[in-house]
Amino acid sequence: MKRLALGVGLAAIAGAAAAYGLTAPTPVAAGRLAAIAALEGDAAAGETLFWAGGCASCHAAPGAKDEARLVLAGGVRLKSDFGTFVAPNISPDPQAGIGGWSIEQFANAMLAGVSPDGRHYYPAFPYGSYVRMTDRDIADLFAFLKTLPASDVASLPHEVGFPFNIRRALGGWKWLFFTDEPRVAPAGDEAQLGRGQYLVEGPGHCGECHTPRNPIGGFVTDAWLSGAQNPEGEGVIPNLTPGGKAIAGWSAADIAYYLESGFTPDFDSVGGSMVSVQKNMAELTSGDREAIAAYLKALPARGDGWK
Amino acid sequence: MRFRTFVAAAIIGAAGFAPAIAADEPQVVRQEMMKKVGGATGAMAKMVKGEADFDAAATLAALSTISEVAGSIGAYFPQGSETGFETEAAPAIWTDMDGFTAKLAGLKADADAAVAAAPADLDALKAVFGPLTKNCGACHETYRLKKS
Ligand code: HEC
Ligand code: HEC
Ligand code: HEC
Repeated sequence: MKRLALGVGLAAIAGAAAAYGLTAPTPVAAGRLAAIAALEGDAAAGETLFWAGGCASCHAAPGAKDEARLVLAGGVRLKSDFGTFVAPNISPDPQAGIGGWSIEQFANAMLAGVSPDGRHYYPAFPYGSYVRMTDRDIADLFAFLKTLPASDVASLPHEVGFPFNIRRALGGWKWLFFTDEPRVAPAGDEAQLGRGQYLVEGPGHCGECHTPRNPIGGFVTDAWLSGAQNPEGEGVIPNLTPGGKAIAGWSAADIAYYLESGFTPDFDSVGGSMVSVQKNMAELTSGDREAIAAYLKALPARGDGWK
Repeated sequence: MRFRTFVAAAIIGAAGFAPAIAADEPQVVRQEMMKKVGGATGAMAKMVKGEADFDAAATLAALSTISEVAGSIGAYFPQGSETGFETEAAPAIWTDMDGFTAKLAGLKADADAAVAAAPADLDALKAVFGPLTKNCGACHETYRLKKS
């Protein structure tokens, strides 16, 4: 979970886009915020979104295990081509965390990548995927986060140099790449595929690692989930489409079992940054894992995205 | 035609010593060893999943295989074997050999404890299988890397 590729060339975009006044942060529309605020959040239902969304992978302390993954003290370092982002404390502590936040502020962070003080978040926080989440799921997730233990560990500053430390420039990235449109249109059993698509493209943010990016940090078109260079350095993130070397031979049941247990059909065990993701997937219902598997099987086959 | 095929086969046969050498390369040896661990794990997982009947002797054999590999595979990561022969070993093994060795020791300790416990029924197998296989992902997370 260390480095999410953001691409390069933000500076170039910044220059051009700033000139067009495209960089101002746009929060969620007032009507939608009001609708979300009117909902009664269900913390038990929110736990599913917490695991599907992988919040603990980035926001729990580095190396946290078992119960400690529920303490969202921050500190995980996400290396990228622009520098290192440090995940902040999002525990319910009112000073160090987000305990003092309103649901509107939370919704703006998750759905618009805009902070309470009206600035852009870096897309290392995968709001480019979370933007697909429903109002109900945002409300439930917020209710669940409030039930977690508070931590007073202070958030650390990101280690990004000029020009990437200019948050305003992220408006250019958003203008080009920030969308809530579906990534693909898979055909088949609508209810199950729809759930799978929601989980993968939305909270699960699988594409953030498994889709190749162009030099300015956007997803390569027609390469959704086709695999990517490992942004942490050597190696690759596998191709999840039916064109992938390994997964082409896996049944939907094999994929669901991998997400549950970490074992491939050859009983190789999950590795790399997928270990943490798989632990999260193990907390979902078997129905949700089967929906994810059905969606992956229904993807258009693509060649390996890192080639 | 026949003769040519024969000669060709002889030449290929002679070239066959190349794979023989490859089979001794540490990268190849350790991959074969890990495949055995995978096979042993699979045999037990099938019982845990209810796809195969519980078999005490097969369980013990599988646990012993894992213990043996955990005790001996460490010798097959010498300097110079970082790449080649489709190895998926991560560079972290050589930058942090102590950490890697500690993970292997953890696998060995859990496998030995399971051998000593000699699971006599499915519940007993389930009790050791979970903790034992936590070692797999815990090591692969840092020390194994998909390269293609
Ligand atoms: C891939 C790593 C990653 C994942 C997964 C992730 N986050 Fe974050 N999150 C970050 C980073 C990095 C930041 C800081 C962004 C910035 O400063 O621009 C952040 C910031 C935030 C903030 C703003 C905090 C503040 O103090 O302003 C909130 C709220 C948040 N994340 C909630 C969540 C929730 C809820 C989830 C799970 C659904 C989640 N995050 C999953 C990396 C992640
Ligand atoms: C933080 C990056 C990251 C995220 C997010 C991520 N993955 Fe992965 N995934 C990986 C890596 C790395 C591997 C290779 C694992 C290994 O080395 O054994 C992998 C492997 C896999 C595999 C096995 C493929 C194979 O050929 O071995 C599947 C299936 C998979 N991921 C599904 C998903 C799904 C579904 C999601 C979203 C819920 C997801 N991944 C999110 C990094 C990620
Ligand atoms: C101490 C570290 C460590 C532990 C523990 C570990 N592995 Fe591995 N495993 C590796 C490394 C390193 C590789 C890559 C070897 C190579 O390609 O050179 C690997 C590769 C594999 C492979 C692929 C072999 C191939 O080339 O086809 C399988 C299967 C496997 N491991 C299964 C397991 C299982 C199952 C467990 C748990 C019972 C486990 N491993 C525990 C380090 C470990």
